[in-house]
Amino acid sequence: MSATPNVRLGREPEPWLEPGHTYASVTDKISSAVLTRPLGIGWLAGFALTFSVVMVLFLAIAWLIIKGVGIWGINVPIGWGFAIVNFVWWIGIGHAGTLISAILFLLNQKWRTSINRFAEAMTLFAVACAGLFPLIHTGRPWMAYYMFPYPSTMGIWPQFRSPLIWDVFAVSTYGTVSLLFWFVGLLPDLATLRDRAKHKWQQMVFGMLSMGWRGSARHWHRYQVAYLLLAGLATPLVLSVHTVVSFDFAVGIVPGWHTTIFPPYFVAGAIYSGFAMVLTLAIPMRAAYGMQDFITRRHLEQMAKVMLATGLIVAYGYFIEFFMAFYSGNKFDVFLANQRLHGPYAPFYYALILCNILTPQLLWFKAVRRNIPALFVISLIINLGMWLERFVIVVISLTRDFMPSAWGRYSATVWDYATFVGTLGLFTMLIFLFVRGLPAIAISEMRELVHQESHGDGGHE
Amino acid sequence: MSSEKRSQLFGVLGEFSTPEDLVAATKKVREAGYQHIEAYTPFPVEGLSDAVGFRGFRANLVALLTLAGGVGGGCTGFGLQYWVAAITYPMNVGGRPLNSWPAFIPVTFELTVLGAATFAVIGMLALNKLPQPYHPVFNVERFTQASTDKFFLCIEARDPKFNLTETSKLLQSLRAEHVNEVKDEE
Repeated sequence: MSATPNVRLGREPEPWLEPGHTYASVTDKISSAVLTRPLGIGWLAGFALTFSVVMVLFLAIAWLIIKGVGIWGINVPIGWGFAIVNFVWWIGIGHAGTLISAILFLLNQKWRTSINRFAEAMTLFAVACAGLFPLIHTGRPWMAYYMFPYPSTMGIWPQFRSPLIWDVFAVSTYGTVSLLFWFVGLLPDLATLRDRAKHKWQQMVFGMLSMGWRGSARHWHRYQVAYLLLAGLATPLVLSVHTVVSFDFAVGIVPGWHTTIFPPYFVAGAIYSGFAMVLTLAIPMRAAYGMQDFITRRHLEQMAKVMLATGLIVAYGYFIEFFMAFYSGNKFDVFLANQRLHGPYAPFYYALILCNILTPQLLWFKAVRRNIPALFVISLIINLGMWLERFVIVVISLTRDFMPSAWGRYSATVWDYATFVGTLGLFTMLIFLFVRGLPAIAISEMRELVHQESHGDGGHE
Repeated sequence: MSSEKRSQLFGVLGEFSTPEDLVAATKKVREAGYQHIEAYTPFPVEGLSDAVGFRGFRANLVALLTLAGGVGGGCTGFGLQYWVAAITYPMNVGGRPLNSWPAFIPVTFELTVLGAATFAVIGMLALNKLPQPYHPVFNVERFTQASTDKFFLCIEARDPKFNLTETSKLLQSLRAEHVNEVKDEE
């Protein structure tokens, strides 16, 4: 061997945690954001704004229940419209949270530690927003229990061969398992908050939530087994959820939907938009709460790389859709491909290409990946692009299927926009409540990271 | 024993400042012949559950319960669909078989995961005897540090070898920074 042992290729890797932190300092910094920090004007203003947007959502839903789904822009060929576009968009966003908390955990990726907690919270809130849409899209949400198998007096049962029923099971399982995973992760941190709380009411609230957790060796042992198993269960679950969502389209025979590329490309798109949303939330949060030591520039860069990779899979999906349309020679598929490029909704398609394929190519450059304002803007553009993708899939296919006599046009009404913007407000309001009510970073896992960083990487001191 | 009213000794609690000291002390205490011991840490410490003597079948019970939940969920899922689609509400769609099992896989899978995950969480909580708002170790004031940066070892009074003076001395000799008596008030 000619290379001397002292020569190192490249530089020392940057740490995932700024140096100088101890068990107590990470605990103190994260828990103080919940326990002692006064409510700032920025938080109050943000909460008030998002709360008022939630009122718009309530108004839109109330009007919907009074008048029916006719207040939306949906019509006979386009029965799905905004409701399903938004459903798929929101549920996709949730996927990054599970990817970070489960898949990266199984892969032993240390960088997940400081972002998993709020990514999981993001998942829960996104699933809540997503679930709202199919519910109100039924027009009679109080009848939604019809979708579950229960012994009805009419003797009727759900059709289990239908993807729409698979969807009910997939989304409700996903919501439940995400909640369980999140709560198990929170348990030791709730105990930390209980022990550090100064006010009686805080001690009581966190005391009840932490269930008397005391961190005994036997507790931790069972906890770790349960956490690992949950991660192992959530991994195939998250892949199955967007696969089932894509079946809602792919099992149908409508041109542009009936393709086998849909499941993998939906899953990749979900992770793509989810990471974009994690960045959209993480960048302001780390600045507002001084969490730059924990969510470092290297974390943001890592997420940008995941976005670039999944963005390329999505681009491949778009390419294959076109390739298969022409390769199959099916005249309806060829026609639909042409409609995407030249039809009445072509501007949406070109905007989609710009947002989802061209913009993320900037992430090849390290300077862009490490430029925080640029990342923030790119993440917003990708969020928009993924919304456009679902719009293109739903609306172009439904407005141009087999028979010209069945063609139509779709445009959203003010109530469609009010409902969509309302769920954005609901999501943001829940995030505002979360960052002040619960530890936004997993404290016990950060202590473990402190332990590993001081022992694992070998002897500088 | 003194005549303190309804307050009996639960054990002694030694406080350590590093996980390494705690694991070393736990091993020594086990070697000294103590059986009823428990360690408390602010994050999971490798090898600690083994050191306190928690191993074997009981330590794997959460995994077994999870398996049971998964199998139960999957069987329920498929059984429900088979019973609905083939027995109680048969619907002939284009002459295809009533037991169209490939179409039943997604729901079967989801219910398998749901059953396994629910059993994993409920099993973990139940075997840990949570929720349990009161435990004698909470009576020690310094124990609040167990969820921040201190590591504790409790030797319980029900241990046949337990002797307040001797056991406290043993903990002190193992580099415990503080040794406190734990009282159980009932």
